[in-house]
Amino acid sequence: MPEMSIHDLTTLLRECAGEDESVNLEGDVLDTPFADLGYDSLAVLQTTGRIERDFELTLDEDAVAEAETPREYLAVVNHQLTDRSNA
Amino acid sequence: MTLTETHPRGAAAPGPDGPDGSGAQAVVTGIGVAAPNGLGTRAWWRATLAGESGIGPLTRFDGERYPATLAGEVPGFDPAAHVPSRLLPQTDHMTRLAFAAAREALDDAGVDAAALPEYGAGVVTAASAGGFAFGQRELEALWSRGGAHVSAYQSFAWFYAVNTGQISIRHGLRGPSGVLVTEQTGGLDALAQARRQLRKGIGVLVTGGVDSSLCPWGWAAHLADGRLSTRRDPATAYLPFSADANGHVVGEGGALLVLEDAAAARARGAEVYGRVSGYAATFDPAPGTGGAPRLRDAAALALADAGLAPGDVDVVFADAAGVRADDVAEARALAELFGPRGVPVTAPKTMTGRLAAGGGALDVAAALLALRDQVVPPTVHVAAPAEDCPLDLVTTARPLPLRTALVLARGRGGFNAATVLRAPAG
Repeated sequence: MPEMSIHDLTTLLRECAGEDESVNLEGDVLDTPFADLGYDSLAVLQTTGRIERDFELTLDEDAVAEAETPREYLAVVNHQLTDRSNA
Repeated sequence: MTLTETHPRGAAAPGPDGPDGSGAQAVVTGIGVAAPNGLGTRAWWRATLAGESGIGPLTRFDGERYPATLAGEVPGFDPAAHVPSRLLPQTDHMTRLAFAAAREALDDAGVDAAALPEYGAGVVTAASAGGFAFGQRELEALWSRGGAHVSAYQSFAWFYAVNTGQISIRHGLRGPSGVLVTEQTGGLDALAQARRQLRKGIGVLVTGGVDSSLCPWGWAAHLADGRLSTRRDPATAYLPFSADANGHVVGEGGALLVLEDAAAARARGAEVYGRVSGYAATFDPAPGTGGAPRLRDAAALALADAGLAPGDVDVVFADAAGVRADDVAEARALAELFGPRGVPVTAPKTMTGRLAAGGGALDVAAALLALRDQVVPPTVHVAAPAEDCPLDLVTTARPLPLRTALVLARGRGGFNAATVLRAPAG
């Protein structure tokens, strides 16, 4: 199972929750907090639902909620993807 | 005869606009419109004076499957042109229309929301069912594909307070805010609540109503009401006060207004459309209890609130139900107050359909522009009122000296409201 990339994530964020006009999602945003990217908790929740459907995953709710940046969020998603492919 | 001669309204007059002693006088300094016969105030008002109707066959969904096939849909609305990308996935169509109207109203007023005190401006809107189309889509997702497919934004996008909240967030209007749900009287009731906040010292209020429920779910509710016209000809479907009345057509849209205190508006050099001088709301007796409907009382109380007499009113914007019994009741109320054919009466909603929470607000916008331009917009499609509706019904745009307008509304379930608007002082 391939890992989810930052490009995959920003694409889904854009589709699920739009894009703040003042933010460049193509830039180096791995360590930019979601709040600074214009995404509130509902935007992340909406995107999480989409990822769970697309990847047939159930993400750890607490871990997702604690992820403040795309890097932290991707770590949660990819950890579960890896766990699953090793299972 | 001018009103100034009969009822001096100079600075010496006690302030009927501020009976609580605050002295605040509510004036409208900005108007934003999304209507079936025009998006934006300018386009809508031009069409309204020209008698151009926005009622036509439903396009939002397949109306042919339903007994009623006509509606008033706002034309040419491009959501991306009015709504930031971040807000598109979380907004119903009616909220998007409200964004457009709110922005237009604030721009028109020249209010810089960012420069206001943090809690110095609020939002009070009217609503009926919230984001019905959004809600229908998510319910379909729930039942056909499961809970994981329901948008997280369903949590608020369907909600009837959503327009108030979204406008408040987008423009940073964090003062006292709220929503009123009183069907077709909502637009007037919201304006009155905004006026109350103004009297408490809130400097700026965005108020009015923008509504839409043009989806199969919403349509089923409208059909259940039993008063939708099932005629298929846009020219004969909605004929209020006509002997041939056959129910009403539903439309979408409405208006949002910027309300300010007169002195503050004057101090910043704002252009004033008019004053909100009087308001009253009444509630009909329960069906079967034998009491009379109380629309007339609402009108009389609103005039008293404004410190005016019926003879001061130059034009009435009617509720115009389009249902015979209700039309006769409204005509009787007007005849009792003003005498038979005693005042020009109009119903520009014949060009838009009834807009639920947006209806009263759009009529207020029409009344304010009528006062500005000294012309009464027409009631279309109605050749003449029925014999039992003794009204001076304005069926082509009529230039008149106008100082005072009375706007009436009735909401399903027994709501009545009346608002008195006056031309700017001086």
